[in-house]
Amino acid sequence: METLNSEVISDSLSQVGFTILIIVGSALIIEGILYVLLKRVLKSKYALPIMLLAPAAVGLLLLVVYPIGFEVRLAFSNMSLRHFRHPTFSLKQGLDNFVLIFTQPVLKQVMFFPLFFRTILWTVIQVSFHVSLGLGLAILLNRPMKLRALYRTILVIPWAIPQVIACLTWRGEFHYQYGFLNIMLRDIGLPAIQWKSDPFWNFVAMNITNIWLGVPFMMVILLGGLQSISREYYEAADIDGAPGWIRFTRITLPLLKPVLTPAVILGTIWTFNNFNVPFFINENELETSDILVTALFRAAFQYNRYGFAAAFALVIFVILFFFTVIYMKTTGGLKGVYEK
Amino acid sequence: MNKSWKLYRFFYRSRGDSPFKRIIIHLILIIACVIAIYPALRIVSVSLRPGDRLLSTSLAIIPRDATLANYKEVIFERSFFLWLWNSLVITITTSVIGVILASTSAYAFSRWRFPGRKPGLVFLLTTQMIPAAMLMIPIYILAAKLHLINTYKGLIFAYSVSSIPFSIWILKGYYDTVPEELEEAAMIDGVSKLSAFYRIILPLSTPALAIVFLFNFMSAWNDFLLARIMLQRESMLTWPLGLQSLQGQFQTEWGAYSAASILVAVPVMALFLFSSKWLISGLTLGSVKG
Repeated sequence: METLNSEVISDSLSQVGFTILIIVGSALIIEGILYVLLKRVLKSKYALPIMLLAPAAVGLLLLVVYPIGFEVRLAFSNMSLRHFRHPTFSLKQGLDNFVLIFTQPVLKQVMFFPLFFRTILWTVIQVSFHVSLGLGLAILLNRPMKLRALYRTILVIPWAIPQVIACLTWRGEFHYQYGFLNIMLRDIGLPAIQWKSDPFWNFVAMNITNIWLGVPFMMVILLGGLQSISREYYEAADIDGAPGWIRFTRITLPLLKPVLTPAVILGTIWTFNNFNVPFFINENELETSDILVTALFRAAFQYNRYGFAAAFALVIFVILFFFTVIYMKTTGGLKGVYEK
Repeated sequence: MNKSWKLYRFFYRSRGDSPFKRIIIHLILIIACVIAIYPALRIVSVSLRPGDRLLSTSLAIIPRDATLANYKEVIFERSFFLWLWNSLVITITTSVIGVILASTSAYAFSRWRFPGRKPGLVFLLTTQMIPAAMLMIPIYILAAKLHLINTYKGLIFAYSVSSIPFSIWILKGYYDTVPEELEEAAMIDGVSKLSAFYRIILPLSTPALAIVFLFNFMSAWNDFLLARIMLQRESMLTWPLGLQSLQGQFQTEWGAYSAASILVAVPVMALFLFSSKWLISGLTLGSVKG
């Protein structure tokens, strides 16, 4: 067992101090060079903002732009654990990788398209549950009543728990004999469920977990939106004697749209990219419970097919990109982003 | 008059909800609360069980003969504090660096209309859509080639940069609400734009900076994926990896796992619930003020 002692502490502090020194030092050097170049040589009027931006921009270049470029290069290689040091890069290898994705199992058995449709199904199920349950709870909470603050605090708890702990705990609770769901099922006389080994029920299990995790966020965001709707609209509706359903569809929903749209876009992307829940709940590594990103992780880090996985990652990215572009175009989600 | 007004207020506020309807509403909320909190309470329950009855089919929350033995085990016989220390060192450093880098960039985005500003903002937004798992492969390979595996350096750098886009958006939204006249007034007094930023805008933006710090802190503190790839040596594990190691595939140390979870989760949850109003206002800050 490794313990925390003064030696460890001083060692890690010196490591961290060194890291900070490197980062701050290189930031200052970049700024100095830019200052001389822009202010003294080019006399640019944008010298200061460019200097302010430079360190973050360089960081993003190194950590986002360059890796993506590197990934494209990797996709045209046969890099794997066997070919880690000296992979071969060629156009043919790359085309082979992309053909393999659609024609051969991505992992051991599962093919690309079942994975893709499962990911869509997962995303649709999750987002609809999050929005409907979140909206329902937000509407119930958006009225003056006793204990409101207490309800709200308790309902936020699944969001507040660190996600890894929530996932690992739920995984434990899907135990056949000792998990509380099966205990309850047996208590009311139903047969217990094989949550971990049955493909269908494992998929249900990860859906249950993620619904539990995701509703509070939607609820809080939508509650904020509901509270910003002026009471006057409802008073006017009262005077006109509008029934509850009409008030909901004619006042609440349209006025909630500015909050609802970004929340749904964000929720969709997060769910599509959700790694923790499908990864942890799927304890027996059933390939029938993998979604695209977890399959990508396994292809890269369990099967160590880096070149193939890089090509796979690019395919996933293209899917996400088209989804986002179409969504932004149809809903005008980016409107008002540029203007101050 | 007063009485009837009160009566009116009462009915108006409850919008004529009958007592029956109100009971139903409370009932639904209570059920929702039980669903929300029960799985969390199960961890508490398991953590208090004595070692020979960790696996039990009891649904009671406080077990009979509750004991703190599991907590003792985690604290004295596991590397628990080492995991916490690793997490803490990495998280605090990344949050500070992330805030510093984002605060100056956001200022540039807020105050200057330089060429490339719009594409830059859209680029920042697009980076949020890239799945983390997608960047893992190149980052892992590059880190392996640069000998950054099993070091703080690699993780600190990766975390602090990955939090920048979101931080810039939030801070830019906040700076936009600070009137530019403040700096202009200072500049008339002979202060440079840069020191006007440091002396006036930054101190005024403390709430937004705190929100950004908190966001960075939470996301680095709770991260599993990147740490899983970058850290393999046992002495380097962060707490999510440590907790996962307690839940081995064939033998789970439930007692130690639950106790450790409680010890990690309670401070995080307290911080979260305490700051949730802030965090949520931070989430809407960037989007509403755009």
